[in-house]
Amino acid sequence: MTARSKPKKKPVARPAAKAPARPAPKPAKRAPAPGPKAVPTETAPTGTVFFVLEDDGTVARGKDPNLPRDVLLFLYEQMVQVREFDRRMLMLQRQGRIGFYGPILGQEAATVGSVAALEARDWIFPALREGAAAMMRGLSLTTAISQLIGNELDRCKGRQMPCHYTFKEGNYYGMSSVIGTQISHAVGAAMAARIRGDDVVVLGYMGDGATSANDFHCGMNFAAVYRSPCVLFCQNNQWAISVPCSKQSVSETIAQKGIAYGMPFVRVDGNDVLAVYAATRDAVARARAGDGPTFIEAVTYRRLGHSSSDDPSKYRDEAEVKAWERKDPVDRFRRYLTARSLWNEAAETALKERIAKAVNDAIAAAEAVGPPADETLITDVFAQVTPQLREQLADAMAVAGKRVNDGAFPL
Amino acid sequence: MTATETKTQEARPGFKVMTLLEAITDAMRTEMRNDDRVVVFGEDVGKKGGVFGATLGLQDEFGEQRCFDTPLSECGIIGAGVGMALYGMRPIAEIQFLDFIYPAFDQIVSEAAKMRYRSGGEYTCPMVIRSPYGGGIRGGHYHSQSAEAYFCHTPGLKVVIPSTPADAKGLLIASIRDEDPVMFLEPKRIYRHGKGEVPLGEHVVPLGKGRIAREGKDVTILCYGAMVHVCEQAAEEAEKAGRSVEIVDLRTLVPLDEQIVLESVKKTGRAVVVYEAPKTCGYGAELSALIAEKCIEHLEGPVVRVAGFDTPFPYTLEPLYMPDVKRVLAGIEKTFVW
Ligand SMILES: Cc1ncc(C[n+]2csc(CCOP(=O)(O)OP(=O)(O)O)c2C)c(N)n1
Ligand SMILES: [Mg+2]
Repeated sequence: MTARSKPKKKPVARPAAKAPARPAPKPAKRAPAPGPKAVPTETAPTGTVFFVLEDDGTVARGKDPNLPRDVLLFLYEQMVQVREFDRRMLMLQRQGRIGFYGPILGQEAATVGSVAALEARDWIFPALREGAAAMMRGLSLTTAISQLIGNELDRCKGRQMPCHYTFKEGNYYGMSSVIGTQISHAVGAAMAARIRGDDVVVLGYMGDGATSANDFHCGMNFAAVYRSPCVLFCQNNQWAISVPCSKQSVSETIAQKGIAYGMPFVRVDGNDVLAVYAATRDAVARARAGDGPTFIEAVTYRRLGHSSSDDPSKYRDEAEVKAWERKDPVDRFRRYLTARSLWNEAAETALKERIAKAVNDAIAAAEAVGPPADETLITDVFAQVTPQLREQLADAMAVAGKRVNDGAFPL
Repeated sequence: MTATETKTQEARPGFKVMTLLEAITDAMRTEMRNDDRVVVFGEDVGKKGGVFGATLGLQDEFGEQRCFDTPLSECGIIGAGVGMALYGMRPIAEIQFLDFIYPAFDQIVSEAAKMRYRSGGEYTCPMVIRSPYGGGIRGGHYHSQSAEAYFCHTPGLKVVIPSTPADAKGLLIASIRDEDPVMFLEPKRIYRHGKGEVPLGEHVVPLGKGRIAREGKDVTILCYGAMVHVCEQAAEEAEKAGRSVEIVDLRTLVPLDEQIVLESVKKTGRAVVVYEAPKTCGYGAELSALIAEKCIEHLEGPVVRVAGFDTPFPYTLEPLYMPDVKRVLAGIEKTFVW
């Protein structure tokens, strides 16, 4: 970036004094009810969690953001769809119809609430568990399942493991499996949007484990230094495979890592779709207004194994899982909607039937598609296929026999 | 002795039948008992025992001081390992998949590899970096790569790849005892395929010594890791067609046992190099050059490479990408008909 376009330094509030050492907040203290319009960001670690919905779906007086009915129903229907899709894909994996799957049960609100707060022109850089964002942006279920199968309809052309969607029309970036790398990409894309003068905000996701990765630190720093129009969103689901968040980092909260980079931050109940929506909406508005990046920690929980290959009973206590079930994001929000007469049994049944049919149809359609053509092995390495690659493919095809994938993915 | 040959055998006294994976655990356990400077760390190696189970039981036996989970940072894992090694410990760092080692590339290439040379021998880095590598598990782009060539190209690193359970144990113990940094790359595809007899307790297979995995007289196959088993199957097939195939399992890529390579090629007059990494600038290119330089006058046909494609690693088309029996057989034929 040139000196001319270098943003002027705006003083960022810093903590007045070193926060006194204190035990990790478990359960976390909750902030006093703030109004819906402004989700307060923090400059000192307080460990508070911003929320709207109580665990039972009720809302404290004055706290209801009173979102329009269509937004509320959109959020709910998306969450139910994400959950159903997730459940069915895990089943397909168990039946051997797809090779691997990374479930997101319990994290639906974090993805749905944050993506819903964006405009369609804003970009999304997902981590492992935000595939639903691609579908919210319009990736068809059939194409999504085709990715999981790795067939000819897969936009990655069968080159990536399952759960690596890519959807450029939806401004949804196709990630690698390497933890954290997308953080810098999100920041760079936001820098580019700013340099180009585009009214585009970038939402970059990561897990709690990713906050230990190099790219988290350079990404956060670049984001803040260039006041890039992005929101960096950490889904703290408490686990990175078998490593609990408490061993990943001993800072009191993930959110407060924003302090080190001079970035406003907010810690939000990730199982509360209204809170996630509000916090992201505010952060996006700041970015759009030229006020720079925000770091969001969504406190949530990975209720199943890390992936279809993981057995979490080896390293964590079932009671912890049970405790988080009580904070189920879908149940909480349904109770809220029901209490407002926006939802009822009949609507629920109809929605579930509609989703089940859509998923069934998509599975059937995707499973009818064959594998990518052999030639796709050598295309897209470069814009043009090299003579060497052509020769390599011809050699292999001349002797290619039966294809057997004999391994089983361990993770 | 191959892993498959001993599959159904009862172990002799002093041996135990193990998978390659179990042999790796056994090596670490043995050395941790022997030497309290040995520590094991990496992502998920503690309670979970590693995503493949290579460190199962180590934290229970040796405690969290000597077998511990790290934050998700390969750079941190290797950087801290370098610090421990130069302080006098014998760290074993696990990188969950070799595909994820690149955030630590700088620590390995600029620091670990050069520590001894740049400090005039004052500081050294006796560290083992263990990592599962290679294809065959439906891992797609980022859980399948064979990156050995990068490390072979870095002076100061030893590169070791076992192909049998007994070698896995013996080579890992030798690597832990070695005075220099060792990249110990584990062919994860054969972690649990086939078992073999492994000596109990102390068992050292010296670095820098290859192994004749199969004797033959018409053509030599040079290979390592999971490809040894593919080549053994191909050799069986070739034998039926009247070609007697010798297989050299290199075991250590750096330092290379040149003698075993050259003697075999001089004997057979033909060489096929099999590796699953991308063909261009792969380790097989080095072997081909070596043969051309040092025994071209014994060759009766071209040195043929059978390798992975010069593409990133695929998912669905993995079976097309990976060298298999048919491609190895075709490679053998090319040394006769050209
Ligand atoms: C650089 C890198 N190291 C290791 C891995 C293996 N791995 C895959 S997911 C994961 C844990 C990720 O934890 P987190 O960031 O919290 O995301 P979550 O899985 O909880 O959504 C690890 C260690 C990887 N993919 N990339
Ligand atoms: Mg996590």
